[in-house]
Amino acid sequence: MGYDHHFRVWRGDDTGGELDDFSVEVNDGEVVLDIIHRLQATQAPDLAVRWNCKAGKCGSCSAEVNGKPRLMCMTRMSTFDKDEVVTVTPIRTFPVIRDLVTDVSYNYEKAREIPSFVPPADLAPGEYRMQQVDVERSQEFRKCIECFMCNNVCHVIRDHEENKEQFAGPRYLMRVAELDMHPLDQADRQHEAQEQHGLGMCNITKCCTEVCPEHIKITDNALIPMKERVVDRRYDPLVWLGNKILRRTPDRDRSSTTD
Amino acid sequence: MASGTLDTPASSAPPSRRPGGRAAIVARTLRTDNWRKAPILTVVLLTAWIVISVVRVYMQKWYWVEDYHYLTPFYSPCFSTGCVPEAAHFGRFLPDWPILPYAAPSLAVLGLFRFTCYYYRKAYYRSYWGSPPACGVPDLHKSYKGESRFPLILQNSHRYFFYTAFVLSAVNTYDALLAFHSPGGGFGLGLGNFILVGNVIMLWAYTLSCHSCRHLMGGRLRHFSKHPVRYRAWTQISRLTGKHMQLAWATLATLLITDLYIMAVSAGWISDLRLIG
Repeated sequence: MGYDHHFRVWRGDDTGGELDDFSVEVNDGEVVLDIIHRLQATQAPDLAVRWNCKAGKCGSCSAEVNGKPRLMCMTRMSTFDKDEVVTVTPIRTFPVIRDLVTDVSYNYEKAREIPSFVPPADLAPGEYRMQQVDVERSQEFRKCIECFMCNNVCHVIRDHEENKEQFAGPRYLMRVAELDMHPLDQADRQHEAQEQHGLGMCNITKCCTEVCPEHIKITDNALIPMKERVVDRRYDPLVWLGNKILRRTPDRDRSSTTD
Repeated sequence: MASGTLDTPASSAPPSRRPGGRAAIVARTLRTDNWRKAPILTVVLLTAWIVISVVRVYMQKWYWVEDYHYLTPFYSPCFSTGCVPEAAHFGRFLPDWPILPYAAPSLAVLGLFRFTCYYYRKAYYRSYWGSPPACGVPDLHKSYKGESRFPLILQNSHRYFFYTAFVLSAVNTYDALLAFHSPGGGFGLGLGNFILVGNVIMLWAYTLSCHSCRHLMGGRLRHFSKHPVRYRAWTQISRLTGKHMQLAWATLATLLITDLYIMAVSAGWISDLRLIG
């Protein structure tokens, strides 16, 4: 049975805006994105919203629903009380274009700053070999749908615009970790993570993990392991001494391609 | 809205424009759930635990039960010359000053182990420091550099406190084994033994679930396939690490229960429920 639900939706652009009130019909089984579409169809034809798959796999419809970063297509209306006002705003960390649509270019710029996979010099394409256990580790990170809700919720840039230049955000620190854990990658990701991508700014408060719609354990499996790898390289004199005594390279696994 | 706003360059923006061209949302947070509950609960519980513990370590009495050889973890290893000789399993060399807890070295190390722990960092950065108080709630500080500079860069020393905490867990295990003692000198078993052993099991679980331990066991490897034993160890530790928060709180509880029980028995407020001896 349908009923009318009280919605507040942010309308505006980069010159200003406000929350507008709407009463919209809601039916069983619907999600917030359905309601936004109904709003477009019936009351606000010029309402801007970005969406694509409606299945939680494209990462396009990121917004903030009652203050929490959510994919609108995966937020069921049944999770709200019928008398609960539902407030939908654009994700806050990135420049707004119009209404619920933001400019997420920051994320693509950060992606471009990370050098891609560097294969061993002595292997030609087609000669790369990896064991299943080594592949599995980074598979989790490849579930990322790039909804950018982790970067949006991360207070390092959400509350401190000035940090955007130095901080790649959890999404791209996870990418650095993925490459650093790759058995064949030859680049020095640990130094880059700390010096160029701002890993030290992360204070592991886990909001990225909390909002991830793919349930990737970003903090436990990417950020903290990456921090520990940086400690190995930069802050652990015992590891340094061990490398000197045993004449090991700082990352002795790195040069090997014999798996 | 005019479609021309789509291409508005930053330089032509009016003065009212938000930093970074963000949406001008007035409310600092629009969260409607009870997001204050977790940080308040954390502050209340952690502060209460710290106050009780500090009071206990400065009491400098009721830490040892002579009949059953129960020693509270807050006084282990007992290094002060003020310690009961039977309770000092590893020598007495610290001066007996009221300001110096009897187990000052281990308390300092264990305190720093928890202070630099990845879970507790999350807990106190959120609840005590408000950076941020909760997800989607603004940071309480105007500027932020995180753990990239002094003093918070020292959080990177966590693994050293893990090493020492590992040794101290072994010391706590030794204490728990010595506590199977009867007043006559032979084997004894009482409720206190279950409490001590339970505490030691939880302490091991918390210590081994440490993220630094997980890294050292196998997380630092790039080729799991070349190190099957370490890979297996990493897999098992990873299971524990997933419960690190729960173990952090559970050990706070077991430490306090163990200490308060031994205090009550030592002070003669209650008698130990004995099964053997």
